Amino acid sequence: MAGARLDMDARTQIERDMVNIGKSVVIKGELNGSEDLTIEGHVEGKIELREHVLTIGPNGRIKAQVFAKAVIVLGEVTGNVTATEKVDIRDNGSVDGDIVAPRVAIAEGAHFRGTVDMQRKGQGAPAVARPAGQPEVKGDVKAAAVPAPPPPQAQGGPRVGA
Amino acid sequence: MAGSGTSRSISDLFSRLGPRRAAAGEPEAVVAPGVEPDPIFPTKALRKFLSCLTARESPVLLDLGPVVGSNVSFFGEQLGCKILVEDLYADLERHIRRGALDALPAFFAARFPQADGAVDGILCWDLLDYLDRPTAQALAEQLTRLLRPDGALLGFFGTMQPRDTHYTKYIVVDEGHLRHRPYSAARGRQGILLNREIIRMFEGLLVSDSFLLKTNLREILFRKPGSPAPDAPSSGA
Repeated sequence: MAGARLDMDARTQIERDMVNIGKSVVIKGELNGSEDLTIEGHVEGKIELREHVLTIGPNGRIKAQVFAKAVIVLGEVTGNVTATEKVDIRDNGSVDGDIVAPRVAIAEGAHFRGTVDMQRKGQGAPAVARPAGQPEVKGDVKAAAVPAPPPPQAQGGPRVGA
Repeated sequence: MAGSGTSRSISDLFSRLGPRRAAAGEPEAVVAPGVEPDPIFPTKALRKFLSCLTARESPVLLDLGPVVGSNVSFFGEQLGCKILVEDLYADLERHIRRGALDALPAFFAARFPQADGAVDGILCWDLLDYLDRPTAQALAEQLTRLLRPDGALLGFFGTMQPRDTHYTKYIVVDEGHLRHRPYSAARGRQGILLNREIIRMFEGLLVSDSFLLKTNLREILFRKPGSPAPDAPSSGA
């Protein structure tokens, strides 16, 4: 019983630490954060999660410059993407823009147009000094962020690249 | 000894008859049961192409084929390069489906906004086989313009008219092997380009290496002559 309670607490904590921007949310402006973030809505402007993972969900539509530790794309991104670790474009994911990252994986059914710069030396991106919490948004927000559902782990078809 | 000779000649015969399957220890495609895996063919020119680019610091590579994730990883890791993916097969397909092939030479002539000499290496694959002559000529002129002095261009050219209509994704297995993955096309190859036609088309480039593979595919590696010494008179190229 105590073990099950602990598991539930841990799961609740993880879900609390994940932020999800829901389908109905439209953000225009600058989005900064210090925790992993999943976007299912629309974002225009700039997204910075220098130390964390940004997931663009299947419904996510991004027109922005993106800076993150890792970026997973299942939706659509128009704009340049810079990651200090990895960019992963999954099946049906789409990127129109330039990618800068030491590792890039593009699935078989993914769309990509632009350039890929896999610099050999790690690009020392300065960490955004912000306490853990909700991501900071500068600009217009047209709906409230919704509570986080379980993290999307959509796995596309056969992966090409690693 | 005799046994070894026999086995070699038999394997030679098989390689003439069809594609080589992945040998033990080589990367193997994950395929559904009952589905034929894509065949793997040897390549002679890819290694040479890579060696042309490894000397450069952060070279720029232009890939004219559809984006292949593992190729991006391979070239990125091998060369530490910047890769431009411009799927001209998709452009061709779009023009065929719209019935706008007449506009394709002009489209290719304006397709690349990059400055002259902006690219160190070009992966042309077998694209020119699918183009009619004016379009191929317009594209070849653009590629020649884009290539930096000492840069390299890799092209594949068929020697036989295939009966089926498909394009091929060339997936790098390693420096010496490519996996050929066919995918649907609105029309097939437009004819067999003779060597002299190819050389004329790429006026301004020199053939560095040319290989006729047992699969009847010609691999041609072009190099752009290096820039003249600072004190040499300008050639007006």
